Amino acid sequence: MEDATDRIARPWGTRVPYGRHETWPARVDTFLAEGVEPGAVRRWVQSASILHSDGDAMDIAVADGRMVGVRGRDVDRVNRGRLGPKDLFGWQANASRDRLTRPLVRRDGQLVETDWDTAMDLVAARSRELLDSRGPGSIGFYTSGQLFLEEYYTLAVLARAGIGTNHLDGNTRLCTATAAEALKETFGCDGQPGSYDDFDHADVVALFGHNIAETQPVQWMRLLDRLEGADPPRLLCVDPRPTRVAEHAAVHLAPRSGTNVALLNALLHETIRHERIDRDFIDAHTVGFEELAARVADCTPKWAAEICDVPAARIEEAAELVGTAEALVSTVLQGVYQSHQATAAAVQVNNLHLIRGMLGRPGAGLLQMNGQPTAQNTRECGANGDLPGFRNWQNDAHVADLARVWNVEPETVPHFAPPTHAMQIFRYAEQGSLRMLWISGTNPAVSMPELPRIRSILSQERLFTVVQDLYLTETARLADVVLPAATWGEKTGALTNADRTVHLSCKAVEPPGEARPDLDIFLDYARRMDFRDKDGGPLITWDDPESAFEAWKRCSAGRPCDYTGLSYARLRDTSGTQWPCDDRAPEGTARLYTDGISWAHPDMCESYGKDLETGASQEVVEYRSLNPDGRAMLKAAAYLPPHEEPDEEYPFQLTTGRTLYHFHTRTKTGRAPQLNDAAPDVWVEVSAGDAERLGLGEGDLVEVTSRRGSLRGRLRVTGIRTGLLFVPFHYGYWDTAGGSGPGPDTPGRAANETTVTDWDPASKQPLFKTASAALTLVERGGGRPSPAPTTTASAPVAAGAAPPTSGGPAARTTEQEPTEFPHGHEEGAR
Amino acid sequence: MNGIDLTLRTLHRGERHLAHDLVTVAERHRTEHEVHHVATDLARWSREHMRQLAETAAERGVKLGEPPDHSTDGVFATLREKASEAVVHRPEPGLLLLRDLRELHVRAAENSLHWEMLSQAAQASRDSALLTLASSCHPQTLRQMRWTNTMIKNLAPQVLTSL
Ligand code: SF4
Repeated sequence: MEDATDRIARPWGTRVPYGRHETWPARVDTFLAEGVEPGAVRRWVQSASILHSDGDAMDIAVADGRMVGVRGRDVDRVNRGRLGPKDLFGWQANASRDRLTRPLVRRDGQLVETDWDTAMDLVAARSRELLDSRGPGSIGFYTSGQLFLEEYYTLAVLARAGIGTNHLDGNTRLCTATAAEALKETFGCDGQPGSYDDFDHADVVALFGHNIAETQPVQWMRLLDRLEGADPPRLLCVDPRPTRVAEHAAVHLAPRSGTNVALLNALLHETIRHERIDRDFIDAHTVGFEELAARVADCTPKWAAEICDVPAARIEEAAELVGTAEALVSTVLQGVYQSHQATAAAVQVNNLHLIRGMLGRPGAGLLQMNGQPTAQNTRECGANGDLPGFRNWQNDAHVADLARVWNVEPETVPHFAPPTHAMQIFRYAEQGSLRMLWISGTNPAVSMPELPRIRSILSQERLFTVVQDLYLTETARLADVVLPAATWGEKTGALTNADRTVHLSCKAVEPPGEARPDLDIFLDYARRMDFRDKDGGPLITWDDPESAFEAWKRCSAGRPCDYTGLSYARLRDTSGTQWPCDDRAPEGTARLYTDGISWAHPDMCESYGKDLETGASQEVVEYRSLNPDGRAMLKAAAYLPPHEEPDEEYPFQLTTGRTLYHFHTRTKTGRAPQLNDAAPDVWVEVSAGDAERLGLGEGDLVEVTSRRGSLRGRLRVTGIRTGLLFVPFHYGYWDTAGGSGPGPDTPGRAANETTVTDWDPASKQPLFKTASAALTLVERGGGRPSPAPTTTASAPVAAGAAPPTSGGPAARTTEQEPTEFPHGHEEGAR
Repeated sequence: MNGIDLTLRTLHRGERHLAHDLVTVAERHRTEHEVHHVATDLARWSREHMRQLAETAAERGVKLGEPPDHSTDGVFATLREKASEAVVHRPEPGLLLLRDLRELHVRAAENSLHWEMLSQAAQASRDSALLTLASSCHPQTLRQMRWTNTMIKNLAPQVLTSL
C-alpha cells in the first residue's frame, strides 16, 4: 500500500483486492492536519462520520484541546479502517471562524447577539402564547438527518407529548422517506433487510439510481476491491449519468427521467416470463403474486423501451443479469426516491427480491439506502412522520403503549391523522395556520424545492422562525431567533447508518463560545415549558446523552428496532453493532427476515399501507383481509407519465444531485479547504450532442431556467443522457453577496431555484429529478473551465477539456495495513 | 333502450362529470400541490373509463360521446389558477378545499354505485364483456373515493381548528 495518497485526486484510494466470500481486508486511512506528527496526538476519540449515511467509524485525533485529524477504525464492520474524502477533511469545518457562538434575536429587522436566557425565554413565551391562542397545531418542528438519536428522541417526546403537535418531521423527508415507505409497503415495517456484508457474497449487484461511488464512497471501495479480486460481481447500473458505477457495470441503463416504474415493471415481466422465480419462497412468504404477474404481463421490454428510451435488448440483458444471479444485492437511492413515482418504483425492487427469493441470506441483500448519517434515527425515534419505535398511528394499542412509555394519556399523543410531513408543514406555514416553526440542523432555504416559494414562506412576518445551527446559514438569516449549536466531536450521542449499524460518537473537544449541544437546547426548552406527565412529574426525565439513550431503549423495547441489548459501554467496546440487539440477539442482527417475514402481522406492523399511485391510506380491515398472516406484500403499480414534461419553451429534463466532495447544503464541506477547492462552485452538465447542437462548450456560463426560477453556472460537457441537464444541489448563497438568496449582484446559484413543488403521494418525498428547463448562453467561457470535478460522474467527455481535480500536498492521506494500535474503550471521552 | 344501456349512459355521464370536477379542483387548488397533482392523475382514470364505456356501448349499438379534452379548459382554467395563486397565503381556501373534496367523494361514490349495478346486471345476464368492463374500472373508482377520504381526514384537523 502507498504511504501517502492525494485523496482528492484519488478519492477511493489504493485497492486491496479480495475474493468472493472472503472478509474485506482492513486498510487504515489517517489524515492529520499539516505539521501534526502522529506522536503529538494526545487522545484518539471514538466516533463515526456524519457526512453521509455509511457510518464510517473513525477516531478523532485531539492535541492541545483541538481536533487535529481523523483515523479510520479497522475494527469496525462498516469501513474496516477506510475513510472517504468527506470523512478525512470535513472535520476541519468545526473550527471555522464563522461558527455561531452566541444566540441571535431579530430586533428592528436585524439579527443581534443576546444571551441564552433571553433567546430561550422568547421561544418559550411565543410557544405558550400560540398554545393558548391557537392550539398545538400552530407549532411545528423541522429537524435534520444529522443530529444524534438522543436528540431526535427528546424532540419527538417534547413535540408529540409536550406540545401535542402533529407537525414534526425531518429533512430526511427530502432524502429517504421513500426508503422507509417502500419498506413499510412491502414488509409492513421500516427496517433495512440487508447488510453491507452482503457485498462480500453477491455475484450480482444492481444499483438503481444509486451513485454509490459518490454517496457512500467507502462501500464503493469495497466493491472496487471485489472487482479486482477473485470471482468478482457483475454490476447493473441504472443511472442517466456516466457515473463510476456505470463505467464498471456489465449493463448500464440510462433511462429518461421519471420512468423507473416502467423499467422495473419490464424487469419483473421478464423475470416472471422466464420463470426465474422462487415458487417456494413466494408461496411461503408473500401475498399478491398473481396480481403482480397479471399487472406486469403486458410490460414487455419493448413497451418499456419506448417509455424509457433505452434499447429493449439492454433491458433484456439487465433482466437476465438480475434474473440469473445466484446472490443478488440491490441498492436504491435518489434516482428512484426523488423521482416520479418514487415509492411505486422502490417497491418494485422489493418485489424483484421477493419473487426471486433473494432475502435473508448472505449475498441476497436488499438495501433501500439512506442519504443522511442519522436518517435511520429520525425514522425510528419518531422525529419524522412516524411514531417512535415504528409504532403504527392507526393502531390504538400501539398508541396506548407509547403513552404508557411516556406516562401520558393516549389522547395526549396526536394520532387522529398521520404525522404531518415536511412539505405539508411548509404549506401550513404558507397559508398561515402554522405560526411557529423550529428548524434544527437543516437548511431548507437551499435544500427544499422551489426556493423562491420557500424564502417567501420563511420571511413572513407572522411566522416565528427558530433556527438552530452551526453557522449563519441561508435559513438562519431569515430567522427570528438563531440558536448556536455544538456539533459532531463537540457532543456525545449515538447514530445509526443505512445498514442498521449503531455507533457511538464521543465528545472530543469543547464547542466554540456559548454553542450548546442540540440535546441541551431541547432539554432547556422542555424545562422552560414545564412539560408534565399524567401524574404531574416531569415529562422528560433524562438530562444527558447516556440517560436519553437509556430512555430510548425503554421506548424501543419489543419493537423491531430494539436497542435494549446496547449500551454506551458496549458500543465503546465493540464499535458498530446492528439492531435489533436484545436478549434474543445480544450480538446484534446482520440480516432481517432470515426466518420469514417478522413484522408485517396486522397487530405488529408500522403501517397498513397506502395506495402507491394516490397515497390513500388503507385501513386495518383491508390490511387484515389482504394479509392476515403478516407476509411480505407484492404490490404492483402502473406507470404514470411524469407531471412535467419538456416542451418547446423548456425543452430539457432537469435533474439535481450530489457530488462526492460535498454534503447536503455544503455548510460543512464548503468550509473544509480540500473539499471546497475540489468543487468550489455550481456547474451545469449537458450531453455532448446537445452541446454541439447548441454550439456550447466547456466552461461557457449558462443560465438554466424553469417555470419557477433560474440559476447560472459554467457548463461541463459529459456523457450524460441526451436531453437531460444535471445541476448539483449543494450550492447556496452564504458565501455570496446575496447571503440568503439571489440578489441584485447575485444571480441564482441554487439548483432548487428551478425545481418543482411536487411530491410522491405515498412517501411525500419531493421530486427533484423531473423538472423541465431551458438552457441559454450567458457568456463564453473563453478557456475558463467549469468548476466541476473531473474525478467523478461530472468528468468531461473529452479527456483534457479541464485540468484534473487534485488536492496536492494538503490532501495527502496515509493508507496503512492495520498495525497494533489501541482501539480499547479507554479512548472514548467520558 | 334497456336498463343496461341506461346504466352505461348514466355512468358515462358520471365519469365525465368526475373527470371535469377533478380537473377543476386541480386548477382551483394549484397551491395545494398534492391535491393538484393527484387530482390531475385521477381525472385520467375517469377519462379512460369513459373511453371503455363508449367502446362497450358501441358494441351494443349505443352511441356515447367522445371524452372531452379537459387538459386545457381555456380562459376559465387560467382564471382559476390565478385565483388560487392570489390566495396562497390565506387560510380560508382550506374550507373550500374540504368542500371540493367532499363533492368529489360524493361524485365518485355515485359512480361506484352505478358500477356496482352494472356488474350485478352483467352477472345476471352472463355478459362477460360487461363484467370485464366493470371489474377493470370499478376498483379505480373505489381508489378515487379512498383518496378523497384520506385527504379529508388528513387536512380537516388543521383547517377546521385554525380558523
Ligand atoms: S445530500 Fe441528499 S441524499 Fe444526501 S443526505 Fe442530503 S438529502 Fe439525503
